[in-house]
Amino acid sequence: MSTGNMNLTLKIWRQKNTKAKGGLVDYKLSEISPDMSFLEMFDVLNEQLISKGDEPVVFDHDCREGICGACSMYIDGRPHGPKDGITTCQLHMRSFKDGDTIVVEPWRAKAFPVIKDLTVDRSAFDRVIAAGGFISVNTGNAQDANNLPIPKVQADSAFEAAACIGCGACVATCKNASAMLFVSAKISQLAQLPQGQPERYRRVQSMVAQMDAEGFGNCTNTGACEAECPKGISLENIARMNRDFYSAKFVSEEDI
Amino acid sequence: MAELNAHIPEGELTEKWTKLRSSMPLVNPANKRSIEVIVVGSGLAGASAAATLAEMGYKVKCFCFQDSPRRAHSIAAQGGINAAKNYQNDGDSTYRLFYDTIKGGDYRAREANVHRLAEVSANIIDQCVAQGVPLAREYGGLLDNRSFGGTQVQRTFYAAGQTGQQLLLGAYSALERQIGMGKVEMFTRHEMLEVVVVDGKARGIIARNLLTGELERHSGHAVLLCSGGYGNVFYLSTNAMGSNVTAAWKAHKKGAFFGNPCYTQIHPTCIPVSGDHQSKLTLMSESLRNDGRIWVPKKKDDTRKASEIPEDERDYYLERRYPAFGNLVPRDVASRAAKERCDAGYGVGKSKLAVYLDFKANTERYGRIEANVQNIHNPDKETCMRLGREVIKEKYGNLFDMYAQITGEDPYELPMRIYPAVHYTMGGLWVDYNLMTTVPGLYALGEANFSDHGANRLGASALMQGLADGYFVIPYTIGAYLSKELATKPIPQDHPAFVEAEANAKGIIDKFFAIKGTKTVDHFHKKLGKIMWDKCGMARNAKGLTEAIAEIQELRKEFWSDVRVPGEANEFNPELEKAGRVADFIELGELMCIDALNRNESCGGHFREEYQTEEGEAMRDDENYAYVAAWEFKEGVKFELHKEELKFENIKVAQRSYK
Amino acid sequence: MASFGNAFSSSIGKKLIMGITGLFLISFLLVHCFINALIYVNDGGLTFNMGAHFMGTNWLIRAMEIVLFAGLLAHIIQGFRLVFQNQAARPVKYAVTNGAANSKWYSRSMGLLGTLLLIFLIVHINKFWVMSRFTGIPTTDANGNHDLFAVMVETFKDPLLVVLYVLAMVSLAYHLLHGFSSAFQTLGWNHKKYTPIIKSLGIWYSIIISLLFASMPIAMYLGLIK
Ligand SMILES: Cc1cc2nc3c(=O)[nH]c(=O)nc-3n(C[C@H](O)[C@H](O)[C@H](O)COP(=O)(O)OP(=O)(O)OC[C@H]3O[C@@H](n4cnc5c(N)ncnc54)[C@H](O)[C@@H]3O)c2cc1C
Ligand code: HEM
Ligand code: SF4
Ligand code: FES
Repeated sequence: MSTGNMNLTLKIWRQKNTKAKGGLVDYKLSEISPDMSFLEMFDVLNEQLISKGDEPVVFDHDCREGICGACSMYIDGRPHGPKDGITTCQLHMRSFKDGDTIVVEPWRAKAFPVIKDLTVDRSAFDRVIAAGGFISVNTGNAQDANNLPIPKVQADSAFEAAACIGCGACVATCKNASAMLFVSAKISQLAQLPQGQPERYRRVQSMVAQMDAEGFGNCTNTGACEAECPKGISLENIARMNRDFYSAKFVSEEDI
Repeated sequence: MAELNAHIPEGELTEKWTKLRSSMPLVNPANKRSIEVIVVGSGLAGASAAATLAEMGYKVKCFCFQDSPRRAHSIAAQGGINAAKNYQNDGDSTYRLFYDTIKGGDYRAREANVHRLAEVSANIIDQCVAQGVPLAREYGGLLDNRSFGGTQVQRTFYAAGQTGQQLLLGAYSALERQIGMGKVEMFTRHEMLEVVVVDGKARGIIARNLLTGELERHSGHAVLLCSGGYGNVFYLSTNAMGSNVTAAWKAHKKGAFFGNPCYTQIHPTCIPVSGDHQSKLTLMSESLRNDGRIWVPKKKDDTRKASEIPEDERDYYLERRYPAFGNLVPRDVASRAAKERCDAGYGVGKSKLAVYLDFKANTERYGRIEANVQNIHNPDKETCMRLGREVIKEKYGNLFDMYAQITGEDPYELPMRIYPAVHYTMGGLWVDYNLMTTVPGLYALGEANFSDHGANRLGASALMQGLADGYFVIPYTIGAYLSKELATKPIPQDHPAFVEAEANAKGIIDKFFAIKGTKTVDHFHKKLGKIMWDKCGMARNAKGLTEAIAEIQELRKEFWSDVRVPGEANEFNPELEKAGRVADFIELGELMCIDALNRNESCGGHFREEYQTEEGEAMRDDENYAYVAAWEFKEGVKFELHKEELKFENIKVAQRSYK
Repeated sequence: MASFGNAFSSSIGKKLIMGITGLFLISFLLVHCFINALIYVNDGGLTFNMGAHFMGTNWLIRAMEIVLFAGLLAHIIQGFRLVFQNQAARPVKYAVTNGAANSKWYSRSMGLLGTLLLIFLIVHINKFWVMSRFTGIPTTDANGNHDLFAVMVETFKDPLLVVLYVLAMVSLAYHLLHGFSSAFQTLGWNHKKYTPIIKSLGIWYSIIISLLFASMPIAMYLGLIK
C-alpha cells in the first residue's frame, strides 16, 4: 500500500516490559514514501508486523503535530532525530536517504524507566510540577486580567519558557540525564511574571528538591539540551533558576 | 418520543445564571471531604473541573489515557480563546458574544446555556492570567486580541499559535497542585471502559490500567465525563491519534442520550492529504485567515505555479461571495466554498484538492508599516517583503514552520495549500442546563457534551466552553445534585453493578482476542473513515446516508469476525486500545448517519445537498427541525429519537448571512 | 528555624561548589602564570626567584594557599562525585549516541580532562611545591632567595616530563575552554549582553594561559632560557 521507493533498515529497541532484558532488532522496510512522517513509517512497519503475527512496536505518540510532547524516539543517536527544532512526529522521511540504516532507541535515564519497547515512564516530570510548578490561586480568586500590566518583553520571555512540551528530549540527550532545562523552563516562566512572585523562592526550592529526588543527574552545562530541545528552550532559564535557587537558599529567610 | 427537560431556570435570560447560582444548594466543607467525584479526562474541561472541585474540598479521582494529564488534546489548540472583555473598545459585550455564538451555530443551540457561557467568559481570562498563563500582550503591558471567523469584533485572546497549550498548562498546573496536596488522585494511562450505574445513578467507572491490563473499579458519588470529541470517527482529522468516543459511548449505552451526533465541524484551513500513508491531518490555525487571502485560479485545471498566475486571473472566491465577512466567514461556510471550487475543477496542487492561502498582500502591507516605523521612506517592494516577513514570522512563526516541515515547501515564498478537514464535533452527550446527562449523577463537560455550539462552532469558542464548564459551571451545578447525596455512604465496589460492568468490559476484551482474524484495526478504521467522509462529510444526501448506514452495519459485522488484535490482555497493548475505540466508532458512525438522515434541512456543519438555496447556501427548516436530536441507545445497536425543542426568546431567528 | 538546608547537597548546590572553586582556581592560575612567566626575563631566574620568594613568604599568600588547597580538594572530590552520580543517572547506555551534533566533546569530558589534570598535579606538586615548602630547595641564588629556578632547569631536562607538562596543558586548555564560561552559567550569570563577552574571554584565557604554561618547560628544555 505504500507509495514511495525508499528502502530502509531499522534497528529498533525491543523490550517486553520494564524488567525484561531488551535488545536491538533489525527490520527491513521497503517502498517508504519521503512524504511520510517518521511515525507513519512506524505505522507501516507495525501493520506488517501484525499481519505476520508479530507484536507491533510500542511507542508513545498522540497529537502528531509537535505539541503534546508524547512522542519520544532516540534516532541515530539524537532525540527526535537528525533535524533541529522538531519532535519525532514532525520528522519526515525526506530527511533520510534510500538505503539508510536507522537506529531507534527509547529515552534512557534512571528517572525514565522503559515501560515497553520505545515507551518510557516520564511521570517524574509531573511530580516535579506537582511539587511547585504552579501559582496557588484557587478558581474565582482572580482580579481583572488587565489590572496587571506586564511589560511585553517580560511576557514574551515568560512565554518562550512556557513553550516547553515536557517531552524529555533534554534529559534524553544530556550525558548526565539532567532535567535542568525542563525544570528551569517552568520556574523561569513563573519567575518572570508578577503573578509568580509570591511563591518564587518556595517554588524553586521545592521543585529542585523533587527533581533531585527523582534521580536525574547534575547539570554540567554542555548545552546539549538546548541544542536538541524541539521548542528552543534556552539555557538562560537554567541560569535564572540557579540565581533564584541561591537567592532562596542564601538570601531568603523562608525555610521550606 | 419523549420531550426532554433541560432544566433551564426561570426568569430573564440575563438573570438565569446569577439567580440559579445564588440559590443553588451548597454542600458544607466537612461533608465535601467525604464526597468523591470521578473526572474522566484531563483536558481543559477535565483538568479545570478536577482542580476546582478539589479546591472546594471534594475528593477527586481524575483519569486520562495519556502518560500525563498535560498531554490531553486541548494542548493542540492553536488560535485562541474568546471572551467578552471589550478590551479593544470595539463594541463587544456579553450579549454580542451570545448573539454571535447563537448565530454562528445556525440557531441550533440552547439560548440559556450560550448566554451563561458569554457571561463567564471574562472570568476565564482573569483566572488564566492569575495562573500565569502568558497570553499575548501589547507594548503597554495589556492583553492583545485578534479576530476570528464569524465575528466583527476582536475578542480572541491568544498565546502565539499555542493558546491551547498555554491554557491547558495553566489548568494542568492547578491540577498538579491539588495532586501534590493529595486532594486529587491522578490515574494516567488509564482508560475508562464502563460507567457503573447503581439504582439509576452513576456511581463509578471501570477503568483499564493500560500498563498492566488490569481492570479496576472506581466508585464515586458523581461521574464527570470530560473525554473530548469524536472527530476521529473519520479516521483522518485534526484530532490526536488517541482521541476517541469510548467514554461517551459507554455512557450512551448505559442510558445517556447522545445529542446531535451528525453536527461535525470541517475546518477550512488544514494541510491537504499527501498520500495513503496519512495518519492525521494538521490544522493551520484560523487566525491565519486574518492575514491570508484565499483564492483559486479563475481558469479550470490551471497548472501554472501560483506565482505565475497574475492578479486578475485569481478568484478570491470568499471575498467575492461574502463581501461583508470576506475571508473571515464561519468555518462551515468557508469549508463548503473550498469544496465547491475544487469539485468544480479549480483546485490546485497535485491532488487538485486544495486552495491557496496567500499572505503576500499582507506581508507587503506589514512591511510598508514597518518601514515607516523604521523611518525608511519610499521602500521598494523587496524591502517591504523582507520587513513584512519578519512581522508575519513573529505572528505565525510556529505555524509556518509546521507547514514547511510537513509539506517541504516554504510558505514565506509560496502560498500555502490548504483544504478542509474534520476538526471538531458539536454533537456529544446530551446534557441539561446543569451539564447533567440523562443518567443522574453523570455529567458531561467540554467537547464531550453537545451543549453550546449548535450546528457550528465559532473559532476560539471551544477553549472558552471547556474552561467555562470546568472552572465556573460544574462547581456550582454539581452542588445541586451532591447536596442530596450526603447520606450516601461510600459506594461498595463489590456491588453487583460493578461486577457486571467489569465482566462486560472483560467480555469485550476477551472477544477481541478470540476473533484471531486477518485484518488490522487500522484497516477497519480507515474503511469507516472513508465511508464517513464520502457520505457523511462536508455534504450529505439521503441516498448516500442510506448507503452509508448499510455499509457501516456490514463493516461492523466484518470487524467483529475478522479483526486481528495481537498480544495479550494483561500487558501494555495499544492495538487492543485501538480495537476498543474503533468498535465504538463504528457504532457511533452509524448513529451519525441516522441523525444526518433524520435532519431534513441544512444547518451549520450539517449540509444536506437537497436543502440549499439557489446560491448554494444552507437552508434551514425552523418549522420542523428547531430541536436537539437526542438519541437513546437500544439493545442491538438501535437508536430511538427524543427531541428537545429549542425556543428562541431573545434572538430573532433569521437566515444566516455573512454577505 | 531557617537554615541552609540542602543548599550544598542539592544538584545546584554541588554545581555551585564546582563553579566557585573553579573560578578560584582560574584566578590562582592567573597569578601562578604571571610569576612563572618571570623566567622569560631571562636573567638566570633572579626575578622569578624573587617572585617565588614573595609567594612563599607573604602571609596573605600563605593563608590563601590553604584556601587554595581546600578549594582544589573540594573541586576534585566534588568533581568525582558528579562524574559518578551522573553516570548512575543513566544506568543503561545508548547503543548509538551522536554527541557531536549538540555539544563539544570537551564539555562532555570534563571528568576525564580533570583526571588528567589531577595526575599532572600530583607529579607537579611532588616536584616543586613539596620541595619548596617542606624538603627545602638545595641552593640559593645571587639574591639569596631559594633557587627554584635551578630546580626547574634541572627538572625540565627530562623530555618525558616536558611531554607530560605539555599534555597536561592541553588538558587544561580544554578543561577551561568549557569550564570558564560554564562557571558563570552555574553561578547564574547569563545575560544577553555579557555572556558573549564572557565566552570570548574564556576562550582567550584558556588558550593564552595554557600556551604560556606549556611554553616554559619547552623553552627550558630547548635551552632558550638559562
Ligand atoms: C488542532 C486543533 C486546534 C484547535 N484550536 C482551537 C482554538 O484555537 N480555539 C478553540 O476554542 N478551540 C480549538 N480547538 C478545539 C478545542 O481544542 C477542543 O474542543 C477542546 O480542547 C476540548 O477539550 P476537552 O477538555 O473537552 O477534551 P480534550 O482536551 O480532548 O481531553 C480529553 C481528555 O479525556 C481523556 N479521555 C478520553 N477518553 C478517555 C477514556 N476512555 N478514558 C480515560 N480518559 C479518557 C483524555 O486522556 C484527555 O485527557 C482545536 C482543536 C484541534 C483539534
Ligand atoms: C587547575 C586546575 C583546575 C581548574 C582551573 C579547574 C576549573 C574548572 C572550572 C572553571 C569548572 C567549571 C565549573 C562550573 O561549570 O561550574 C570546572 C569543572 C570541573 N572540573 Fe575542574 N578545574 C581544575 C582542576 C580539576 C581537577 C584536578 C579535576 C579532577 C577531577 C577537575 C574536575 C572537574 C569536573 C568534573 C568539573 C565538572 C564539569 C562541570 O560541572 O562543568 N577539575 N573546573
Ligand atoms: S525543555 Fe525542551 S527538550 Fe526539555 S522537556 Fe521541555 S520541550 Fe522537551
Ligand atoms: S505526538 Fe505529540 S508531539 Fe509528537
